[in-house]
Amino acid sequence: MSRTLYDKLVDAHKVCDLPDGDMLIYVDFHIMNEYTSPQAFSGLDAKGLDVWRPEAHLAVVDHVNATRSNEPHDTASKLLIDNLEANCTKHDIAFYGLGDPRQGIEHVVVPEQGLVTPGMLIACGDSHTTTYGAYGALGFGIGTSEVEHVLATQTLRYKRMKTMRVMIDGETAPGVTAKDIIMKVVQVVGAGGANGFAVEFAGSAIRGLDMAGRMTVCNMAVELGARAALIAADEVTEAALQGHSHSGQFAFNGESWHSDPKAVFDKEVTVSGADIEPLITWGTSPDQSVPITAHVPVASDYVSPKAKAALERSLLYMGLTEGQSAQSIAIDTAFIGSCTNSRIEDLREAAKILEGRKVAVGVEAIVVPGSAMTRIKAEAEGLRAIFEAAGFEWRPEAGCSMCLAMNDDIAMDGERVASSTNRNFEGRQGRGARTHLMSPAMVAAAAVAGHLADVRDFK
Amino acid sequence: MKDQRMTKTIKGIAAPLPLANVDTDVIMPKRFLITITREGLADSTFADLRFNNAGGPRPDFILNKAPWARANILVVGDNFGCGSSREHAVWGMRQLGIDACIGTSFAGIFYDNARKNGLALPIVSPETRDLLLQVAGDGAKITIDVNGRTITAGDIRAPFEMDGATQTALIRGRDDTLDSLEHAGAVRGYEAGLKSEMRVSVIK
Repeated sequence: MSRTLYDKLVDAHKVCDLPDGDMLIYVDFHIMNEYTSPQAFSGLDAKGLDVWRPEAHLAVVDHVNATRSNEPHDTASKLLIDNLEANCTKHDIAFYGLGDPRQGIEHVVVPEQGLVTPGMLIACGDSHTTTYGAYGALGFGIGTSEVEHVLATQTLRYKRMKTMRVMIDGETAPGVTAKDIIMKVVQVVGAGGANGFAVEFAGSAIRGLDMAGRMTVCNMAVELGARAALIAADEVTEAALQGHSHSGQFAFNGESWHSDPKAVFDKEVTVSGADIEPLITWGTSPDQSVPITAHVPVASDYVSPKAKAALERSLLYMGLTEGQSAQSIAIDTAFIGSCTNSRIEDLREAAKILEGRKVAVGVEAIVVPGSAMTRIKAEAEGLRAIFEAAGFEWRPEAGCSMCLAMNDDIAMDGERVASSTNRNFEGRQGRGARTHLMSPAMVAAAAVAGHLADVRDFK
Repeated sequence: MKDQRMTKTIKGIAAPLPLANVDTDVIMPKRFLITITREGLADSTFADLRFNNAGGPRPDFILNKAPWARANILVVGDNFGCGSSREHAVWGMRQLGIDACIGTSFAGIFYDNARKNGLALPIVSPETRDLLLQVAGDGAKITIDVNGRTITAGDIRAPFEMDGATQTALIRGRDDTLDSLEHAGAVRGYEAGLKSEMRVSVIK
């Protein structure tokens, strides 16, 4: 019987069926952060429960910490950070806190430490846990009650999802990155188009990506509603498993971690790689994007009154006029960071644009490397010098920072940000803040131009 | 069996919230997430829609208007609850007195979080949702029969989708963690079958 990669992963982790129709699945590895775990630990305490298998968990501080220094910027964030450390000490769980050389954004830290390998099942109280699909592992985000459930039982209650394959064949044009590929898929499938599906990405444009690019694609798959995203493991994956602190410590053999050739998916989507251009979002949902050479939509582009109303609302919030050219949108801030695009490969791409150039007058430009190890590597390669010479502020500590503005990096009401992050929701980067999503190289181009700009014009 | 005699009906005024893609950043803005408890989130829920920058109520927002200020049901747009996994969004909605959201589709993590907290999410067809938006706009009451998977409002009587496990959880109001620990033997059995290289151990 031919099976999809997703079905193989679920089958391999099924513990038992439950009477109500769910199943219990086994969680090989669970990651926690400081803001979605406190109530899970207090739930354990209230029920008098222990952690089932403490060594299978890792806690990382990343969401609320300042990135200007390794000291918490206020008492509220300190409380969350200290609370996580205390919970980990009490339950004997690994904790990578501020000042630890392994600290950083959880989804950057895990691959860097060699903690993901094909065939694993990984859960984390963070929606971008889909990132691990890049390794042929089943990763998905969970809520705090489920964090408690994993801590207490090492399992989750689970319902098998439908499967979707997104096939992206064809060579992408120069200047088109993994970020543009996934933004294109979000645009085509829609923000909720993959609700209830596990999505497998396939095709030559995906095969041609390095691991950082594959992680960007799987990371943002949640923006089309996919609870899980997968890319079959291959020789690129194998090569990426070597050289980390946990390398060689575990392996999940026994299955081939790819879909069988005759496996049938519930839904198939095809995107032409050659037709993808560098994209920017103009609205307040990640599927509201246009090529950088194009214009913000006009009401007459839409038929349904609902779509017209949605356009109007987005434009009002974003402070844009319909039909405005993408490159006429002037920015206040440029932000490079987040679990989507803060890896060393992302910083290199942005630095290529910035070398020998200056950030436009009046633009505040910030780069937050995804982890302490990424920062040190980037500094050794001379990237910090390039960013700083161009006028970027190079942050000494790692974290989510302005992606969701839970620390002190909060965009002001009306402030317009070119951002290498994953969500352009209303209020995401600060109340009234206006976010335009794009690749890190496009953020660098916008920082130099002072407005959204085409990376292909920066030779 | 006792469980089969339990019933669950949700009845009340419904507020129309027709916007598509309402995300959990909008439901629960991040400035209210710096907390280690589940409590005290009612006023934070939909805060940027309900309150202006000075903290006063925005009179044009539906939940600030009579009779919808008393609504315990929302009729919502497509893909409600997308984005961040923050369960705080569901805790806040429950503390605000919301018992159910009727929509056409919900983001996966939000759906699971809702089930853990007794927030019912009946899934209906787009046509039914549009009819119910009108009912809600008129301030009329809606009744959700969770056992029968049926919604009634005036002349409207429509089925809704809800998977069996979620339906059972809502009716019984069970604790999933304690419930699952009854299967601890099966978990140990699974673990006994794992090769040593399949047991992750994180370096401290």
